[in-house]
Amino acid sequence: MELFLALKIALRALAVNKMRSFLTMLGIIIGIGAVIVMIAIGAGASKVIADQIASMGSNLLLVVPGSATAGGLRSGAGTVPTITYDDVKAIQTECPSVERVAPTVRGSAQVVYGNMNWWTQIQGCTPEMLQVREWKIAAGREMTATDVESALKNCLLGASVAENLFGAEDPVGKIVRIKKVPFTVVGVLESKGQSPRGDDQDDLIMMPITTAQRKILGNPFPNTVGAMLIQAKSEEVLAQAEEEVTALLDQRHRVGPNKERDYILRNLTEILAVSQQSAQVMSLLLGAVASISLVVGGIGIMNIMLVSVTERTREIGIRMAIGAKQRNILLQFLTEAVLLTLFGGVIGMVLGMAGAFTISKLLDWPTLISPQAILAAFLFSAGVGVFFGFYPARTAARLNPIDALRYE
Amino acid sequence: MACVVSLRDITKSYRMGQELVEALRGITMEVEAGDFVAIMGSSGSGKSTCMHILGCLDTPTTGSYALEGVNVERLSKNQLAEVRNKKLGFVFQGFNLLTRTTARENVELPLIYAGVPTRERHQKALAALEMVGLARRAEHYSNQLSGGQQQRVAIARALAGDPTLILADEPTGNLDSKTSEEIMEVFEKLHAQGITIIMVTHEADVAAHARRVLTFKDGQIISDRRRQDGGWAGPGGQ
Ligand SMILES: Nc1ncnc2c1ncn2[C@@H]1O[C@H](COP(=O)(O)OP(=O)(O)OP(=O)(O)O)[C@@H](O)[C@H]1O
Ligand SMILES: [Mg+2]
Repeated sequence: MELFLALKIALRALAVNKMRSFLTMLGIIIGIGAVIVMIAIGAGASKVIADQIASMGSNLLLVVPGSATAGGLRSGAGTVPTITYDDVKAIQTECPSVERVAPTVRGSAQVVYGNMNWWTQIQGCTPEMLQVREWKIAAGREMTATDVESALKNCLLGASVAENLFGAEDPVGKIVRIKKVPFTVVGVLESKGQSPRGDDQDDLIMMPITTAQRKILGNPFPNTVGAMLIQAKSEEVLAQAEEEVTALLDQRHRVGPNKERDYILRNLTEILAVSQQSAQVMSLLLGAVASISLVVGGIGIMNIMLVSVTERTREIGIRMAIGAKQRNILLQFLTEAVLLTLFGGVIGMVLGMAGAFTISKLLDWPTLISPQAILAAFLFSAGVGVFFGFYPARTAARLNPIDALRYE
Repeated sequence: MACVVSLRDITKSYRMGQELVEALRGITMEVEAGDFVAIMGSSGSGKSTCMHILGCLDTPTTGSYALEGVNVERLSKNQLAEVRNKKLGFVFQGFNLLTRTTARENVELPLIYAGVPTRERHQKALAALEMVGLARRAEHYSNQLSGGQQQRVAIARALAGDPTLILADEPTGNLDSKTSEEIMEVFEKLHAQGITIIMVTHEADVAAHARRVLTFKDGQIISDRRRQDGGWAGPGGQ
């Protein structure tokens, strides 16, 4: 009951000076709004990265051709395939920390089904690719070792390709023509969404690497592959796998003082983990900067509460003369301060969410507002009220009844 | 009759820079239950200072004050607040009502701090307003009332908590003589109900309502007269 009455008194006191109450709240509104927007931006960014890590597959190393030197001529990285099937096999058998290796070649081609056609990416690979990328089949079957060994003209469609060529029709078992070569669709891949770079991962056709090289993309350098994805046995041995692969490839490619490294090894998982970390740090920093405005808002509250206590010294004196205890007066002013910050906090939250929404729409930046962030903002604004309201409230409560009554 | 108030050698001094202002210089007095006491005296003689001490709003420099046998000096701030709330009712010269608050809400204030439940509070507040003849103005805001009405609300507020002692410091000081008379009728009524009243006044006709008149001079009591049917008696009479 006491709290209810304190609320009533506080509401009345705030209503008396509406403009002043609003301006005081403005500091908290801006502070909480800014914190919400910043946290939403940061959380959105790190969620995107987390999703990318999940869609990429875990504990991955990527090996792509580097620049090759032949007779004093250095070609640009990737122009000459320098990775061979033998490299793939060697890594598979000789590197204990490696779980599996997925060689791949890439190109693009036109696919035709009936009167529909679609220009898409062709990925030649082995069954390992699906495992490494943790990519499931939505319909039909996976790629098999036989598909690769016999260079069968079977293919898997990415979700976007299936959608564009077949619409509602079931593609499994149908024949599509890729560069005029007929292929049987044996399966459809599950959708993966956007890649870390922002392109559509589902816009591709997977086929046996052998078939791709012989029938579709052609291969002027026999026995080579375009790139390979290597999956380490676990997160703990990821770095070790990286060392093993480097050592083996250096040895096999005779990398030394006279020969440059002709391949590039990237630790994909580490790159994403680092960028996720930096997204989190950025989010924290932005939040910290935004909370400075919250502190400034809190000081504004304290200032106005002190003014209010001074203005109402006589009222405090009357209340004390009538029997209000220190506790009653303290509660009254504390309630007022907390009410100010809570109102400000709620308005700030609404504006912050609106701001985050606008940013994600206008700038196409992902934002994420978690219930925890809302709860934290709510508690934080109440906390600001208690913290910055306490001193003025205590000043009021400690007044001497007679001094307060005599105050002009 | 039992003693409601008992002051022993109360002094109060204020330090103003180098100077020591002795507002009270040894006040000793007793007030019996149900008495109606007027305090008179020239300006600056220490009447208000004494009332503030009686009202537990201020503490004496030396001396002791027993309220219904309880020594007030020993009480903590919280206990003093409780005494003010339960045993005392204060009426000020300047009314001291809360603004933007209705008459009823003003009267309810001491009951709120006493923790009286809402319904009972309403009833008691209305009863107190009835007593001062303002029941019909209960929902008026304090600033919508005339000075006399405001003072009656203030008396109702002092009454609401059923105090043993009502202290009034120049309750008619801001009012014209006709309104003063109305206020004094209210005090007479309270006196008739057996409530102990101590009242400061400068006006002889206001003091005439009291049963006993104390006169202050330079922080001391110089006369103490009791009205007996038709006349005044006691030491130091004029
Ligand atoms: N807070 C204070 N600080 C310093 N001196 C004070 C204070 N309060 C009262 N005094 C002094 O104490 C003396 C008595 O003051 P008090 O207010 O009790 O007089 P009073 O009898 O009520 O006068 P009045 O009839 O004008 O109201 C005065 O000399 C006054 O200046
Ligand atoms: Mg006075």
